[in-house]
Amino acid sequence: MSNAQRSALSFAVMAALLMVVGFSQSWPLMLTILNLCLISAVMALGVNIQWGYAGLFNVGTMGFAALGGVAAVLVSKAPVPEAWAAGGSNLFMGALLFALTVAATVVAYRRIPKGPLRVLALSGIIIIGIIATRYFFDPAIADIEAVNPAVTGYLGGLGLPILFSWAAGGLFAAGAAWIIGKITLGLRSDYLAIATLGISEIIIALLKNEDWLTRGVKNVAGLSRPVPYEVDLQKSDWFIGGTEWLNSSALEGLAASDRADLLSNLVIQHSGVFVKLGYAGLFTVVLVVVLGMSVMALNSPWGRMMRAIRDNEVSAAAMGKDVTGRRLQVFIVGSAVVGIAGAMLTTLDGQLTPGSYNPLRFTFLIWVMVIVGGSGNNLGSVLGGFLIWFIWIEAEPVGVWLIDFATSWMDDTSPLRLHLMDSAQHMRLFMMGLVLLLVMRFNPGGILPEVTKARAQ
Amino acid sequence: MHSWGGRAVLTDVFDALILLSNFVIIPVLTYGSQLALGALGITLIYGILRFANFAHGDLMAFGTMVTVLMTWWLQSIGVGLGPLPTALLALPVAIAITIVMVLFIDKSVFKFYRRKRSAPALFVIASIGVMFVLNGIVRFIIGPNDQRFSDGERFIIKARAFKQMTGLNEGLAIKVSQGLTISIAFLLVVALFWFLQRTRTGKAMRAYSDNEDLALLSGINPERVVMVTWIITATLATIAGTLYGLDKSFKPFTYFQLLLPLFAAAIVGGIGNPLGAILGGYVVAFSEVSITYAYKKFLKYLVPENWEPDGLVQFLSTDYKFAVSFIILVLVLLIRPTGILRGRVI
Repeated sequence: MSNAQRSALSFAVMAALLMVVGFSQSWPLMLTILNLCLISAVMALGVNIQWGYAGLFNVGTMGFAALGGVAAVLVSKAPVPEAWAAGGSNLFMGALLFALTVAATVVAYRRIPKGPLRVLALSGIIIIGIIATRYFFDPAIADIEAVNPAVTGYLGGLGLPILFSWAAGGLFAAGAAWIIGKITLGLRSDYLAIATLGISEIIIALLKNEDWLTRGVKNVAGLSRPVPYEVDLQKSDWFIGGTEWLNSSALEGLAASDRADLLSNLVIQHSGVFVKLGYAGLFTVVLVVVLGMSVMALNSPWGRMMRAIRDNEVSAAAMGKDVTGRRLQVFIVGSAVVGIAGAMLTTLDGQLTPGSYNPLRFTFLIWVMVIVGGSGNNLGSVLGGFLIWFIWIEAEPVGVWLIDFATSWMDDTSPLRLHLMDSAQHMRLFMMGLVLLLVMRFNPGGILPEVTKARAQ
Repeated sequence: MHSWGGRAVLTDVFDALILLSNFVIIPVLTYGSQLALGALGITLIYGILRFANFAHGDLMAFGTMVTVLMTWWLQSIGVGLGPLPTALLALPVAIAITIVMVLFIDKSVFKFYRRKRSAPALFVIASIGVMFVLNGIVRFIIGPNDQRFSDGERFIIKARAFKQMTGLNEGLAIKVSQGLTISIAFLLVVALFWFLQRTRTGKAMRAYSDNEDLALLSGINPERVVMVTWIITATLATIAGTLYGLDKSFKPFTYFQLLLPLFAAAIVGGIGNPLGAILGGYVVAFSEVSITYAYKKFLKYLVPENWEPDGLVQFLSTDYKFAVSFIILVLVLLIRPTGILRGRVI
């Protein structure tokens, strides 16, 4: 079977699975799953750019996705002028001093030769810098958080349409990746993994605790939407008209009052579906753009160079390739894609909840997607994103059903049966691990393996 | 601080020291011992099997879960250890079950990649798969919530009794779990080092870790070395997890999150070097606790009355304790990549 046939068949099976959910469970549920499949696919593409192209072991996906979420808040929420008035000037001074400290540290690190003097100078600059920065920051934060803490208590955002935040999320993640990459990319693969795991935890800790920026665990709810609200749709004539037209056969021949009841029900149902379809359309556009660019990049001389660096670092360096520079580049690009997906996810949720970021879901699950889908193959990552998210969601009802079936001989009040039914939802973690291990063992290239020249012929 | 009178000043100093002991020194020794035992497992796997085992936190959770279940069963049939926690009685069984589990995992997962001599990154990804599986098993059996399983006496020294005895304002308090952790960790470490230095198998392990090819040439059986390493790792992980659970409480997700300080400890000390893992454990614990402790009350005893600080005098809020382990990790990687005690070169 050729690669193209294999891909087409895999995606057809995936589409069929989604259709099964639509027919057997419900179409709105199918669309909910589809939307998250699309976001997962974008995230998996980001990880694939890093791991599949360049062999960078980044397990900090959660952090970059969360930065995308922050971008959604900072771009779309209305600014809080009272908070700016209360803490703005101190905050500015603090930021200025912080920047000065960083600059002084860098200058000292570069100018002073290695030795005890440098250690002394650096620690002096950092300690004085921290104290000076906090002298302004601490009151600024207290003032900002004191402004109507139940509703705001933070600086707010720019009040722009939330679609801009998808780009901003990419930029935030890229900026963070630049700093992180500068520090950690010299490390061996498994050290890089541990370092990025740590960084992602720090980013989440910042989100949870810096209330002045993200309201912390109080969450930011009610983000604006790139698609219309259901209630507005239900009131607009064109939407009601459209629903009427779509269901004209079902509505025909009913009594006036029955007809109005049915129509209003249909309008409510259709508005939900319409909103989900709107999101799905936007996400598909992003996915297609990112996928197209990834495919072009992988097949370009740049992509071949990345793979050369991945497969043999020494010979790539001997050919005059700037290994560290290229790695930093690919680390930034991949992280930016994850950041975009993170902003999309927060947009879909309509709220930023720092407490909900969990490395199993936001980092390791994405890794399972990439490995199972086929690392190094962009279509494979997209398929992995779809399939693994689908299993992640459907493992729960299937698990409950299986356990219900397996324990049906027990008494309904049997504590063992109740416990098992209660725990069925955790089977999804077990399933994920099992799928990952089985694919790695018996099909190491993933469902759609990387296309190399030798294999393509 | 009181006015500058002799006896009163001395009391203040003692009060300050006891406060520090209660909230920094003893917690650091306890937490550091728990980290050291966990990090020893990570460092042994790294030294012998040559990969960073991401499933270690969940392995600790698995071992602890078995202990908790055994403890509940023992409690239900009325067996106990009097002042000591019943969990100690449950430990040997839990260790045995955990050993069976890791040997099964090694045979079914890691052995395959060892045969193929795969890249370390593949081992790590496989360990991520194992992490998911163990995490799922633990949550499936015992659920994701907090479980308490400590019983027996709570304190070795109680704060109130200490206050009455000495007439100080602050009372020294040492929990049974703290005393147990420190002494068990000490005994285990002594036993482990005796094993590594003195026994044939221990020497074989060190030789294998130092130079695999040379060890193979001199007739060391690699599969046996690997098996012994897993057995030791499972034992240490179960004990470390149980001690952590007795000291705080057992929650699967917390154990997963321990992964970061554990790696930090192993790398800071010098990965692949057992002594380094122990040192690293205490370094990480000390930094985490001392940087997130609020020194306000401590300083109140030591400075004149009107110099008392307004704030909490806390360098970082406790939510940033992961950041602390990580910053140490990055600093060590940048300044001395082999770790304090010269582990494997990265």
